[in-house]
Amino acid sequence: MQQQVNRLKPFFENINFEREDNTMVVNFGPQHPSAHGQLRLLLELQGEEIIKAVPTVGYLHRGMEKMAENMIYNEFLPTTDRMDYIASSSNNYGFALAVEKLLGIEAPRRAEIIRTMLLELNRLTSHLFWLATHALDVGAMSIFLYAFREREFAMDLIEDYCGARLTHASVRIGGVPSDLPENWTDELAAYVKILTEEIDKYEGLLTENRIWKMRLENVGIITPEVAKSWGCTGVALRGSGIKWDLRKEMPYGIYPELDFDIPIADTCDSYGRYKCYMQEMRETMKILTQLIPMYHASEPQLMAHAPNYVSAPKEDIMTQNYSLMQHFVLVTQGMRPPRGEIYVATESPKGELGFMIVSDGSPYPYKIKLRAPSFWHTGILEDLLPGHQLADVVTIIGNLNIVFGEIDR
Amino acid sequence: MAQHKVNYLQDGGAPIALTTIDKIVNFGRSNSLWPLTYGLACCAIEMMATGASRYDFDRFGTIFRASPRQADVIVIAGTLTKKHAEYMRRLYDQMPDPKWVISMGSCANTGGMFNTYATVQGADRIVPVDIYLPGCAPRPETLQYALMMLQKKIRKETVFRAIKKKRLV
Amino acid sequence: MRKYSPKDDVQQKSYFNDRFYVTPSLPKTCPSSDETHAEDIKVFGDKFNVIESYIEADNLVIYINPKANVDAIKFLRDELDYDFLMELSAIDYIKDRGGFDIFYEMLSTSKHKRIRLKCFIEEKQELESVESIFKMANWSEREMYDMYGVNVKGHHNLKRILMPDDWYDYPLRKTYPLHGDETAQWYEVDKIFGKEARDIIGPEERDQAAVDRYDTTRFARLGHEVDFGVDITDGKEPEHTPVSYQEEGGVKLFGKRLVKELKPEDSVTLDKRR
Repeated sequence: MQQQVNRLKPFFENINFEREDNTMVVNFGPQHPSAHGQLRLLLELQGEEIIKAVPTVGYLHRGMEKMAENMIYNEFLPTTDRMDYIASSSNNYGFALAVEKLLGIEAPRRAEIIRTMLLELNRLTSHLFWLATHALDVGAMSIFLYAFREREFAMDLIEDYCGARLTHASVRIGGVPSDLPENWTDELAAYVKILTEEIDKYEGLLTENRIWKMRLENVGIITPEVAKSWGCTGVALRGSGIKWDLRKEMPYGIYPELDFDIPIADTCDSYGRYKCYMQEMRETMKILTQLIPMYHASEPQLMAHAPNYVSAPKEDIMTQNYSLMQHFVLVTQGMRPPRGEIYVATESPKGELGFMIVSDGSPYPYKIKLRAPSFWHTGILEDLLPGHQLADVVTIIGNLNIVFGEIDR
Repeated sequence: MAQHKVNYLQDGGAPIALTTIDKIVNFGRSNSLWPLTYGLACCAIEMMATGASRYDFDRFGTIFRASPRQADVIVIAGTLTKKHAEYMRRLYDQMPDPKWVISMGSCANTGGMFNTYATVQGADRIVPVDIYLPGCAPRPETLQYALMMLQKKIRKETVFRAIKKKRLV
Repeated sequence: MRKYSPKDDVQQKSYFNDRFYVTPSLPKTCPSSDETHAEDIKVFGDKFNVIESYIEADNLVIYINPKANVDAIKFLRDELDYDFLMELSAIDYIKDRGGFDIFYEMLSTSKHKRIRLKCFIEEKQELESVESIFKMANWSEREMYDMYGVNVKGHHNLKRILMPDDWYDYPLRKTYPLHGDETAQWYEVDKIFGKEARDIIGPEERDQAAVDRYDTTRFARLGHEVDFGVDITDGKEPEHTPVSYQEEGGVKLFGKRLVKELKPEDSVTLDKRR
């Protein structure tokens, strides 16, 4: 079959004829078999050792910030789903929290509890995904299948609640749209019980494993100064010994009432970060077990009462005239928040996810800047990779838990 | 002298192929489609979930190959941006014939919710697509269904591929 | 006469604005209302010329002269203990004020406070890079240059980061349309196939609500599928096409059925997902 002739010519990037230092340039192109998305790394290798690394991103830039300037606030919420697409509800929550702070409203208690349950479930799915793909890249391929099996149960729970497995849009500005189904909390408790045993099994497979330790120890050392200079947050920071987690230090939502620990690691290498992730999964399960009785003890109000900004519940919209009119205006024109700028950050599974919203009072935001933690975790590769072997590149990229939806937005 | 006797009439006929070459070749092609690991965005996660333990993709005979030179079908899972479009076309060109394209998710079908300056409005502007999968992100069952539809489409083909693609490129 | 649409701000605007509605603003309080911030602004104000400062939504916002940004950030990091530069970007006020509002969002882990350092630059004015103080500015300033065209001085590698290297114009400016200008819309076609292929491939379909009944390349006629090339104008549409993913009777080969056809009655519904 004849192929359409096009203008693309082959290019050869590792042929250097006149270079004296005999380095080889390898293109770790935008399509590569490790699961991390579209990263292009140009590596200069001397033998197997990396001398220079240039990460190039932007292959998934979809123009989300520009979309935000052309959409009303509620309309933009499902787009935030696609930023960190592995833990979608955490982006939704970050955006909803930022807009709520801008408006000066607070979500009711039951809504906060449901949102926190979703956030922690998303943390579990994100960390399980991290474990699966990292282990797959390093070579422990069976962990991929085990962790995805656990992840499927979590996605079943989320699907029972909001209808979607991956891109949730489960949080609204002002609360949550619907209540938990019946028996959801029982299934959640059963899931937590299963997962506790399974995580012990994964730890048993990996933590004392000679090969795993050899691949991960002393690889990708991020010293605290480098971490602070590059703006690393999340586990990349906690793996370097700095105890900073926004859920504990600058708490939001219902976190002040919950009892959990923040794991840190003193060895600044990949193995320390791995241990942090595993321990964080356990802390998350502790949080989930605490949330279940809190949910049952809360009053059943789901959306904040702020008629200026938030629509009434569906029963009122269908029966009361003013609720219907207000809902119509809010959906077609959009709500008008106060003028001002606000920066709100939450602790997503990847790090500090921040939303800077500049509002000029109109229904369309003037500017939204999405502060994605993985952006700088990819930038740090420029400084981190030289000195490592080629096989460590995959370990480091996997260990840093980067998601390209966030980086490129 | 063999002591046992092979019963040639056991399965209802002599063990001679009675079908045409087309059917054999298409059977082979459809039941061992090797996809290229080409996950771009969120749909890639669903593709990986399809390949994981609950929705096993391997039972269709698929093995995910990393190199386009060894792949049959490319599943464009995720948003195709204009920066990446050139590389997508290169990968498609590097695949040997016969090759098929499954466009997974709304972003690959038509640009999806990203109606912006940086998104290619549909992968079919760059490569000829055989199967379009709707969804955002489509469920793993949808991807399995799409693969089965692609298998059915392959079984209808002739060996010299006279079925024209829908687009000229 | 066609409707006048201003070209200096082509983003979507609200179609209805209440004539007498005065938009409220987020309250901006004096920095002395919070002790840590009061101390910070006192020490800062002694060293630098503060144009304006207030506390808005738990952030201390300080406006300074853009020429002092490097010294100010170094001061904040070393003396006032703001050890993280979380975000740095520009806000496009070209239409209203003729320039960009650059902001640096910093965080102090010891004091648990956030501070936003802002400065205003003209559109083509140069801005000194803060990369020497915080390495994260390396990529953030590249992004700022890529998206807004802010002229950053002293950066070792000011190239585009999110857009392709040969992109024209700066996407996040208010004058840039959401769907992109002409080079943007034909970018991939020009790059891969050349300008001659623009007619073959056709323009992008940007209208999300466009529906064409007879366009089978874009609209699946679910339940009424036909083969490609079949004429389906009025009167010739087929009756309901049964959708099946396998041929009737399963897949046969060598005279023997190789793939059994699935009968829905034979399937088992699990009561608990495994």
